Amino acid sequence: MTAEIILFWLFAFLTCAGAIMVAASQNVVRMAFSLVLTLGSTAVLFLLLGADFVGATQLLVYVGGTLVLLVFGVMLTATGPFTRIKSSPADAILSGLIGVVFLFIVASTVTAVNWDGENGIDQKIAMGAHAKAVEGGFNPTQQGNTTRPLGLSFLSLRADRDLKLDLPKESSAETNTAPVVPGVSVVMPGVMPPPKSPVPLSTGYLLPFEIVSVHLLVVLVGAAYLARTKRRATT
Amino acid sequence: MDTLFAANSLAEFFQALLALVGFPVSAPIAHVIAVVTHVALVVGWFGLPAGLFIWAERKISARIQDRLGPTRVGGKFGWLQSLADGVKLIQKEDLVPKDADGLMFRMAPYIVVVASLAAYLALPFSDGWTAVALDTGLFLTLAVLSLEVLGVILAGYSSGSKWALFGAIRESAQMVSYEIPMALCALCPIVTAGTLNLNEVALLQSGGVWNWNILHPFNFFAFFVYFTCATASCKRAPFDLAEAESELVAGFLTEYSGFRWSLFFLAEYASMFLVSGLATVLFLGGWDDGLGVLASIKTASPNGAVSFLANAIGLLFFLVKASVLVCVQIWVRWTLPRLRIDQVMTTCLKYLIPISCFLFAGTVAYPLVLATMSGKTSIIGQPAGERLVQPKKAAGVSNAGATTESHLRITATGTEGSGR
Amino acid sequence: MQPTPDKFLFISAVLFVCGVVCMTTKRNGIGILMGVELVLNAANLNFITFSRFTPLGLDGQVFSLFVIVLAAAEAAVALAIALNFYNNHLTIDVDRGDELHG
Repeated sequence: MTAEIILFWLFAFLTCAGAIMVAASQNVVRMAFSLVLTLGSTAVLFLLLGADFVGATQLLVYVGGTLVLLVFGVMLTATGPFTRIKSSPADAILSGLIGVVFLFIVASTVTAVNWDGENGIDQKIAMGAHAKAVEGGFNPTQQGNTTRPLGLSFLSLRADRDLKLDLPKESSAETNTAPVVPGVSVVMPGVMPPPKSPVPLSTGYLLPFEIVSVHLLVVLVGAAYLARTKRRATT
Repeated sequence: MDTLFAANSLAEFFQALLALVGFPVSAPIAHVIAVVTHVALVVGWFGLPAGLFIWAERKISARIQDRLGPTRVGGKFGWLQSLADGVKLIQKEDLVPKDADGLMFRMAPYIVVVASLAAYLALPFSDGWTAVALDTGLFLTLAVLSLEVLGVILAGYSSGSKWALFGAIRESAQMVSYEIPMALCALCPIVTAGTLNLNEVALLQSGGVWNWNILHPFNFFAFFVYFTCATASCKRAPFDLAEAESELVAGFLTEYSGFRWSLFFLAEYASMFLVSGLATVLFLGGWDDGLGVLASIKTASPNGAVSFLANAIGLLFFLVKASVLVCVQIWVRWTLPRLRIDQVMTTCLKYLIPISCFLFAGTVAYPLVLATMSGKTSIIGQPAGERLVQPKKAAGVSNAGATTESHLRITATGTEGSGR
Repeated sequence: MQPTPDKFLFISAVLFVCGVVCMTTKRNGIGILMGVELVLNAANLNFITFSRFTPLGLDGQVFSLFVIVLAAAEAAVALAIALNFYNNHLTIDVDRGDELHG
């Protein structure tokens, strides 16, 4: 029972409890508060999974931005203090039942897979033939330094695929033949020859990144246009 | 013993210390111990000097208004006034209004306090004197700091009072807008340094005042924009629209009293110090003394008790710089009149955001242009890429030292590479 | 020692189901939005889990970043729509928007 396991169970409980409260509560502001709990705990789960940049983004964008926006919307659309729009009990019971059945189906597929052991995940869903399931995932050293590789991948350079920065065994095997300093070849590919890789160079995410940027701009303009004040026709 | 003084963060320090005593622990447990200790230190810091800053605010404001301020409690200068205030506030009845949403009303102060204290997690007080040396330091700090708004909004909404609701709506509109220029301006020194790790950002500025980011032409202006936005994000005057006492009674604080009310104040002073500390690390050289004495001492003996002592002196420099910035915030509060809400929004959306976008673009383009023209990436001081940074060798404490080394190498080559 | 992937996937399943239930039962427009956020988060948790435990690698984290960004954009537009709905109907109850009902 290490500290990591204890933290995992604590935040797993908070995540699930918050999600259930969101679904069960009738008061919108309480739902927002439960959603904060869920999203914040999910961010901690991301950190536990070694994705520190995504966890921080989750906190900044979701909890600090999107949720504030939602609560803002609640305040702008409330007709009185603490308005509740109740759904009928029959609906709630029915959807609750369906939800439980749905959860049972999804959970049974999760548990049906043998995640560890001889014939575990590595033979069922591993994509690359050379990769071990648990060791081949990202951030095997549990250091959580994902900022640089993520930034490089948005600039069309994959640190884990192309440069083998995060696979210590293979890179050490390569440094025996040719001394390759990882940092130098990251920034100046023209000076140092790129290390040999078994797979062809992947393309990274420059184009999707640009598309998302333009998309955000369009959304910004669109939302401002939609939400602008209009004179009501019936007054 | 060397590993003890060479630790990159409090977590590694505890790991080395416990290994020395004879209780070796794993990295996650060391992190937990470090975080608990750090939070205890920070809470201790705000039990004592939230009092100190409140006292300072009273004295400074009194002097600005040509008064004396507290003079009686605890001697001639009223040293113990804050303690007396605290005792008074804790004794008060804990009221929850009848129309309020009880649970949310009680929870809101805790969200605010937890957010502003948790933001201290990645703030380095001296070289390596941080709870967890995070690679995403600044990003996570800004993220956690933005949670504070949510507590304020919930407090205002759950009070069931119109004044509080007005305060909450103003706060949410103001904060969502001011976060943007604040983050953009905080990114300018990050671009100059090439890393998000706050410890490395400050380390790259050590060795003299000519290396500080504030002497970088774009970062110079970014500092003032950042400080304005930071003042707004702490809800300090002239941006205290959320509690504007002359129009909104007390804004989102209207229904609060006693202990919960004092929690909001604790959080306000905590985040004031935090944003000032961030400004110190990002622009004012962190724990550097400005003449390069401490840096040369640490270069001479990188590991050991001497360097540890140099770090302790650096801590004093850091605290002094940050406290001066806090005093500037107090000074501004008592000399400038409050803006109207439309003026606040205009200032941000029409002026600060375009200015900060321009500064950010300028910071990115500056070394490129300068290198093409003069072959060097800075006018004053050494270019960031050429500065000597001693990578720490934390032998026996995981491989964090090696990671830092390789990152600094990337940083160095990155700045040089952009100069070509 | 780290928890096995199935635990993370189970949490993600709980998030997903809660989100779907939230979307189907709530009549408050903003409540429905919150359900959508829960579902997107479930997907994110899956992405990160598979990025950690399988050779999916960095792709999972990049995808979850895109999901977070698009969710923020979606929330902004949906909120604008909700405000418009409120302007026209003076309520946020989505069951009242039935003009096109035949």
